[in-house]
Order: sequence, then C-alpha cells, then structure tokens
Amino acid sequence: MKTDKVQSSSEGSFTSNGAPRVFTVEHLNTLIRNLRDQGYAVIGPVVQDAAIVYDEISSSEDLPIGWIDTQSNASYRLTKRAAKTLFNFTVGPQSWKKYLHKPSVRILEAEKNGNEFAVNDAQPPAKKQAFLGVRACELHAIAIQDRVLLGGPYVDPIYAELRTNTLIVAVNCEKAGGTCFCASMGTGPRAEHGYDLALTEIRESDHHYFLIETGSALGATVLAGLPAEVASESDIQAANRVIATATHQMGRKVDMSEMKEILYRNTENPRWQDIASRCMSCANCTLVCPTCFCTTIEDTTDLRGTRAERWRKWDSCFTMEFSYIHGGSIRTSPGTRYRQWLTHKFGSWGDQFGSAGCVGCGRCITWCPVGIDVTEELKAIRDSELVEAGSIKSKE
Amino acid sequence: MTTQSVQSAVGAPDLNPMLPQTFRVRKVINDTYDTFTLELTPSHGGAEVSFRPGQFNMLYLYGVGEVPISISGDPSRGNVLVHTTRAVGTVTKVMSKLKVGDLIGVRGPYGTAWPVEEAVGNDVVIIAGGIGLAPLRPALYHILSHRTKYGKVVLLYGTRTPSDILYRKDLEQLRSRFDLEVHVTVDRAMGTWRGNVGVVTNLIPKAPFDPTNTVAMVCGPEIMMRFTVLGLQKRGVALDSIYLSLERNMKCAVGFCGHCQFGPLFVCKDGPVFRYGQVREFLNKREI
Repeated sequence: MKTDKVQSSSEGSFTSNGAPRVFTVEHLNTLIRNLRDQGYAVIGPVVQDAAIVYDEISSSEDLPIGWIDTQSNASYRLTKRAAKTLFNFTVGPQSWKKYLHKPSVRILEAEKNGNEFAVNDAQPPAKKQAFLGVRACELHAIAIQDRVLLGGPYVDPIYAELRTNTLIVAVNCEKAGGTCFCASMGTGPRAEHGYDLALTEIRESDHHYFLIETGSALGATVLAGLPAEVASESDIQAANRVIATATHQMGRKVDMSEMKEILYRNTENPRWQDIASRCMSCANCTLVCPTCFCTTIEDTTDLRGTRAERWRKWDSCFTMEFSYIHGGSIRTSPGTRYRQWLTHKFGSWGDQFGSAGCVGCGRCITWCPVGIDVTEELKAIRDSELVEAGSIKSKE
Repeated sequence: MTTQSVQSAVGAPDLNPMLPQTFRVRKVINDTYDTFTLELTPSHGGAEVSFRPGQFNMLYLYGVGEVPISISGDPSRGNVLVHTTRAVGTVTKVMSKLKVGDLIGVRGPYGTAWPVEEAVGNDVVIIAGGIGLAPLRPALYHILSHRTKYGKVVLLYGTRTPSDILYRKDLEQLRSRFDLEVHVTVDRAMGTWRGNVGVVTNLIPKAPFDPTNTVAMVCGPEIMMRFTVLGLQKRGVALDSIYLSLERNMKCAVGFCGHCQFGPLFVCKDGPVFRYGQVREFLNKREI
C-alpha cells in the first residue's frame, strides 16, 4: 500500500525523500492538467453551499481562491479575502472517505429465475482518481482505514480497488483551525508519509509558489512532467515556517497519556449521563469523521421481484438499530452510545488496530449541532479521576 | 468456485468476502414451535463443507437480508451444513418458511471455535441455555466421536419451558449413554414435566465433573452466562478454563461493519467463542 512505501521523514526535514522542488503557483494548473491527461479524475477542495467540500476540479480556478474558514464548536464560517491563497483553510465537513470508503456501494446483485437465484459480484472497475489537497490528518485517517479494511484477516475488495487507483497530492497546513488538535494526536500538521506528492504553499513578499516533495515513485513520475526547480535552502526554511505557524495555532489539545486505561476504568462515569443530556444521537460526528468505518446493509428488490441488490451504506453507532439483536438494542441510552463512540476512538481502537481512531481533525467538534467537544469530554473524564484522588488542585 | 471450500474465501483479496454461495435446502426439521433446523448442501455440488465447532455462517435470503447463524451440525459430516434458527426477526421468519429444494445464500464459516483440542484429557462440561445449545452441539458431536480422549462429559441444559427443549429426541437418546451425563431443567414446568425445575445454574453444584480438571463451554443469554461463570467459579473451575460464545448485531462477519464490537473485541473475528478472561472486564457492564 501507499502508506507503506514511504517511511516517515524525521521531524522538520524535507530531505529524506529526495531533494524538494519548487514551482510557481501558475504551475499547479499544469499539475492538474497533466493528471487529467493521464486519466485521473482530479478531486480537490471547492466552495459549495458556504462550505469547503471535495469535488472534481478541472483547473486551479475551481479551488477556494482567497477563502478562509473559521471553526469552533458547532460553528463553521467562510470569509473571502483579497489575497489569492489556494489552500489557506483547514478541513471542511467532508473527508476523502467519501471517495475511498463510499457512503453507498452496491455489494452484490442477485437474479431470480423461478425458484432459483444466482448471485453476482456487482463491482465495476474503479477509475483512476487523484486527490489534491490532502491534509496530514487526512493522510493518517486514510492509513487508519487501510488498517481496518485491508489489514486482514479479510480484505475489502471494493476499498482495495479504489485505494489502488488513487494518487495522493498532500498539502501542508499553513494554519490550524479552531477545532484542530492534530499536534496532540501526532498526526500533523506536516504531511510525513502516505502521499505521492506533498505541496507547501508559500507566500513571502511578492512570491507565491509551492514547495513540492516526492513520496513515491509514482509521485516522482508525475513531478518529472512539471517545470519544477530544485528548492533552495531558503525555500525549505520558508516552508518550515509555514508549518510551524500551523503547529502553534492548534485550537484544541488532548492529553493522550493513558487515555485508553482511563476510558476503560470510567465506563460508569456520571459524565456519560451529562453528555447524554446534550447529545442528540444525530450521528453527525460519525458521518464527518474521516476514520469512522461502520456500515449497514440494505436489501432491495425490483417490483417484479426478479432482481435483488445488497447495498452497503455508512452507519453510525449512535442509532438504536446499530446494536439491535433479537429482543432489543444493546445500547439503548444515548450515554452508552456516546461512551461506545468515544471509547472506541480514543481507547479500544488502539487494541484493535494499533493506533487511536482519531486524527485530531476537529470535524466532530465543528459539526456537532450542540457543540459537544471531544477534547473537553476527555479532559472532564480524566479530571474526574483527579478529583476523586483529591489532586486536581495540585495538577492545575 | 465449485471445487473450493467455503472457507477458502478467507484472506484471498480477489474474492469478495461479502459474496455468498448458493446452497440448497435438503431437509427441514421443526424442532419446537419457534425453532427450526435446515440441512443445506452446496447447490452446484462438489464443495467441501468444513467448519470447526462453534463457528457460524452468514445466511442470505434472496431480497430479504442476511443473518449470522451458528452451525449446529456434526463437523465430521463433510457435505452438509446444519443450522438451527429461532424465527424472531424479518429474515429468520422468512427463513422458517423455506422448503426442501429452495436456495439460500451462504458465506462462511466465520469466527473462533470451541476449545475441543485444548480440552483433550480433561473433563468437559457443556452448559447451554435455550437456543444456545445449537452452537454447542457440534462440540458435543466432536467430543462424542473422540470420546476416549476426554474424561467425564456433562451436558447441562436449561430452557424456559419443556416445549422449548431443542433436539429433544437426540437428548433423550444421549441420556441413555453410559459415558455422558445429560441434565435438563426448565424455568417453568407444565403438569406432565417430571424433570428438574429451576435455572440451569442450579445444576452446576451436583454435576459430576472434577473442577480442577475441567473445561467448560457455555452458551446462552448473557445473564445466564454471567451466573454460570459464578457457579463454575464456586465449584472451583479455573476462570481460564471457561469459554463463552457471545452474540452481537452483525452485518458483515468479516470485521468491516463495526456492529459486533464488544469493548475492543469484534465478536465476528475475535469470537464468537471467547475465553472468559478475554471478556470478563466488559461482560458485567451494562450496554457495552
């Protein structure tokens, strides 16, 4: 997999994957055009319905030029500035899982003939797609879903096919959002691995250009078709300054030390009830989450009943049906459903897949309609143990 | 496809693990008023049906849906799959209307197995509640067909009423064996019942097995399993010798859909059969 091709570069270094290059901002269009000429559908950030989402683009003109976002609990606002920035925003409500672990996929079709039926694998071959503007947190989210869906013992062939046909152009963040905490999760803001190419947008005095790094052989081939020059030491330092700015802007933080143990110890913490009094079980957090992978199945038949299909659709552990077995649901209260979600993300995911299930993108905080903040809830649960131990004052 | 074992779908990335193969209903047995047993054979012949006691299959009904159902047949019968099901949901109710010759989709077998190999040389106590006997029956078949390898073998079985007793004729025959102890109890008796009355855990104290040298296999409602563990513990059975089979909502059975999570465990791929120590931290907590 792509995630395995490139080893993590050392902190603050641009040199481990060959010399970085630079090209002027106009040549981003050359990159997009070259990818399209090579048969890739290029997907990047665009402004739609007052939010930055991902959609197919045909040139850099489609990007959110000049737009910046402001995010906090239950709040997302876009503003347009005069400066013609291309990537000066953080993540919006959508994630790339929309294109890799799709919201709705037909997993099989069956034809009935009299009393007999036959089942067919209904997968059309995947088309080549290039993601432009993948943030460090999202690279980690893709790597996490790789472990879930490709890590075995079973492999999801639908995801595998899409994943194999995907080229990734990452973008280093030059700012962090109000709900971002990738620095706490060790997932950003620098794109370190899992990309084919990585861009850093640099605007210094009247210079507006990209520093470009190569993360794979495929990336090197794509880069070879671009009029890029070898980056100078001052270009590299400029890029480092961009990323350092983002690192120091994190709107949220999480203390992850012993988080799993704390969550496992606190299954009966009264805080879950407190959260339940605010949580509407709307499932927004799970739908915007770039790592949430749960799905359900819908069976359909045509009106004559001679053709049946099975569709796999995104599901959420916040619904009652999610845990239904004969006789009723296992998790009947919003508090235990929230507990399941949060404990999975920050605790049991580690036991299952070797990392947290959270990348600190902050989407669940921004898009929660009542503004529940995972970082605040984790802190409350952690601090409740300190209160019990009588040591909260000395800790603060 | 026809010559491949159903099991070979595991880990082969070119095969879609969500794709069932068609099997044909060979026999339908109405066990009780709400449970039925289907015997299935591969519709195109040839496929070897191999599974380990305790594993389950996903059964697909055309246009209706798919459900996880444990395998209840004899693992040494190579060419037939046996599934015992209670008609409680949309899919299982339609399934209960299947007739001989009808087709059904099957994928599997999935999941972990009862520790029939680890139990060699030990006494074995099998404790079942209600339809929990179905996933334990393959283990009992296996043990009885390798009877000399095991010490004392005890089956303790509890149901709500006498009319809920599964495999009644089989149990009556098994009870006549000299190398097997079978004790059945019911929660509520009718006038004609002459057997034990009470919960299945009442049978544990007097059951003839050596607790220091016993492997226990338990399946039933979670509350029954919790109290069974307590009863076994009281007799002195080591907690690590107790195995339970859990049930959760399941859509995929291969670790993708997320529905069957139980703490850090996926019941589909880490279970359904667990050593008690794997689940004890979460078994006594509500709504995990």
